[in-house]
Order: sequence, then structure tokens, then C-alpha cells
Amino acid sequence: MTTQEALFKYTLRLGDTNLILGQRLSEWTGHGPFLEEDLALTNIALDIIGTANSLLEYAASVENKERTADDLAFHRNDRQYYNLQITELPNGDYARTIVRQALIDCFDLYFYQELAKSKDETLSGIANKSIREVTYHLRHTSSWIERFGDGTEDSHNKAQTALNELWQYTGELFEMNEVDEVLIKEGVAVDLNIVKQKWEKHISELFQKSTLVIPENVFMQTGSRKCIHTEHLAFILAEMQALPRMYPDAKW
Amino acid sequence: MSLSKEHILSLLSEIPDPEIPVITIVELGVIRDIQVIDDSTIDLKITPTYSGCPAMKQIEDDVRKKLSEHGFTSITINTIFSPPWTTDWITSEAKEKLRKYGIAPPETTTEDKSWLTGKTKLIACPRCKSTNTKLISQFGSTACKALYQCNDCLEPFDYFKCI
Repeated sequence: MTTQEALFKYTLRLGDTNLILGQRLSEWTGHGPFLEEDLALTNIALDIIGTANSLLEYAASVENKERTADDLAFHRNDRQYYNLQITELPNGDYARTIVRQALIDCFDLYFYQELAKSKDETLSGIANKSIREVTYHLRHTSSWIERFGDGTEDSHNKAQTALNELWQYTGELFEMNEVDEVLIKEGVAVDLNIVKQKWEKHISELFQKSTLVIPENVFMQTGSRKCIHTEHLAFILAEMQALPRMYPDAKW
Repeated sequence: MSLSKEHILSLLSEIPDPEIPVITIVELGVIRDIQVIDDSTIDLKITPTYSGCPAMKQIEDDVRKKLSEHGFTSITINTIFSPPWTTDWITSEAKEKLRKYGIAPPETTTEDKSWLTGKTKLIACPRCKSTNTKLISQFGSTACKALYQCNDCLEPFDYFKCI
């Protein structure tokens, strides 16, 4: 694998994860539990879709084959998408959405801190920008985890159920393959083992403080690095891609 | 003779921010570099405020329109990410304009790290100046703002948050 191929796949993987998560989160727009929270989640979704846009623009320029960021987003099928499986899962109730978001916000914070050191100037620039945004996201979702966990019996149970169900999808966050190997050698990609240590410490402190218990000995789901997904991705793509596929010449 | 950088900057200073029209895109700090190649060719570098800020496309369109009105036919606008945009770049005059418009300007600089820990300084109500205010939500009507309420005059207001 050449460095260029690896960089394309790496950037595409990051872009896909942000795009699908942003699309999922934006389903809450107009349906949030109350107005301020609706705005908060919509703002977070907007930041994430913005990051996806920057990453897919860069992926398109790295690939250099006349495919645009929009082509990458709207003209690939589920078996060509590299997003983490956790991002495509349905939102569920609000506790489930927030638990997922906190797990990912925390990962993103430490991931972007490492990516900011990348020798690739575009990736480090995008990372530096995202750190500032993710800091706000994590503060918001963490405060909800504490309130859910340490709140009522109902909120505690809902958050605990979400954590039990979602934990099996966290293994994928730290999977590395040939793409990572090639780019770590070049000083471009992040060694996810470093992120994992920081993430585990932060997450276990957060959930402990919130009286929630992280499940043990969980079988970890895998597949997204090979474009293998849950049944949910094809549905979200069908909705997201409907317009550009029906009207291929449509302009923004 | 081609137009000077300063002249271009003054042209761009006529473009208001699409979402906060009391300040200009130059005061906001998103224009990072101007290279006038000749009478008809110009290269610009702009940086986004927030990754997903929908106003960036509008700003780009407004810049193109303004420059084409002044004879430029080949306009290249590149988006750069480094250094990342920060509220520190908003000029103090612009901050005062924000306050008069009803938006509390960013109180801290990113030099002091209180914005990261969440222990922000007291935010003064832009209407009655009271610092007896409370945070309603870290996220407001646009990506760059948080929502506060004044405990004295009871008005809710936007706060331009520090990043």
C-alpha cells in the first residue's frame, strides 16, 4: 500500500465516521426533549458534519481522481463506507444517544490531541480546530451522564442499559490495520493504543462518578475497517443519499 | 496598476457577517491572506470559524461578488485550518459592536484556560450590564454562541463563546 492510498483510506475513514454520526444526531433536530437541548444536539451535529466535510474534501484531493467530497458522501454504498459501527446505530432514547455521544466525544478529544501532532498539515489543522469544538461537546454530554446516572431510578436504568448495549461497539474505536501501520511510520496517523489508555481512564472515572457500571468481559463487535456494517447503515444512507442519487446534477 | 492589499482589505471590510450583520468579515478575522496577482487575478485564504458554520459558504459567495464588481475575473479562495480561528482575533471595536447589538462578547482570551474547564468568568448582560447572570445552555442560536439569562432584567441573551 502506498502512502497516498493509506492517507486516502485513513482520511475517508475519519470522514465517514463523522458524516454518519452527524447525520444520526441531526435526526434529533426538532425532536429534542426541550428546546435548549434540541439546539445543543443540533449544534454538535453541525460541528461534526463540518468536520466530516473538511475530511472528505481532503480525502477527495488526496485521491486526486476527480471525485468530489459530495461524490464520496453520496455515491458510495454501505459496503464502501468505513464509519465506526457505533455511529450508525439508531439513536434510541435520549440516554442512549448521550451515552454514545460521550463515549465518542471522549475518544475524539484524545484522538484529535494526538492527530494535532501529525506531520500532515491538513490533518493536524483539522484536528486543532476540532479539539476546541469537541471540548464543548464532551463537557455537555459528560454533564448529562452524571445527571442520568446519579438522577432518578428511571434515568439511571436507561443510561445503564444504553452503556450495556453500546459497550460492545467500543472495541472498534481502537482497531488498527495496514493503513495505520503505513501512516504511523510516516508520522501522519495516530497510534490508537495511546488514545485507548487515556480514553479508558477518563471514561471509567466519568461512569464511576455517575454511579454507572461498565460491563466486563464483553465480546467486541468488529467489521467497519473492512466496510462490514450493521443493517442500519444501508437505511441511513438510503435516506441521506436519496436526493443526489435521484437528481445527480443537483447543485447546493 | 493592480489594487493594493490594503485597498482589497477595505473592500472586504464592506462585507457584513451574514449572521451578525453589525460586524464585518474582516473584524471577525476569517480573512487570513490576500495575494493580488494582477488586475484580474487574486488569491485569498480564509479560515472557518466553526467547522460546520453554514455562514462560511455565504461569506465566500459575498467575497466573490464584491471582488468581481471590482474587476477581478479569476478569484481563488482557499480554506485553511491552521492556525485555527479563535475569538481572540475579534477586534475590541467589534466586541463593543456585538455588545450594543445584544450579544455578550467573549469575555476571556484563550490564553487563560478557564474556557476549557468551564469555569468562565462572569458574563455581563449586554442590556443592563448586570453580572448576575446564569448559563442556560452551552449551545445557542448559532454554533458560536451560548445562551444566558440575566437574573436582574430577566432577559435571555446570546454569549459569543470563547474558542
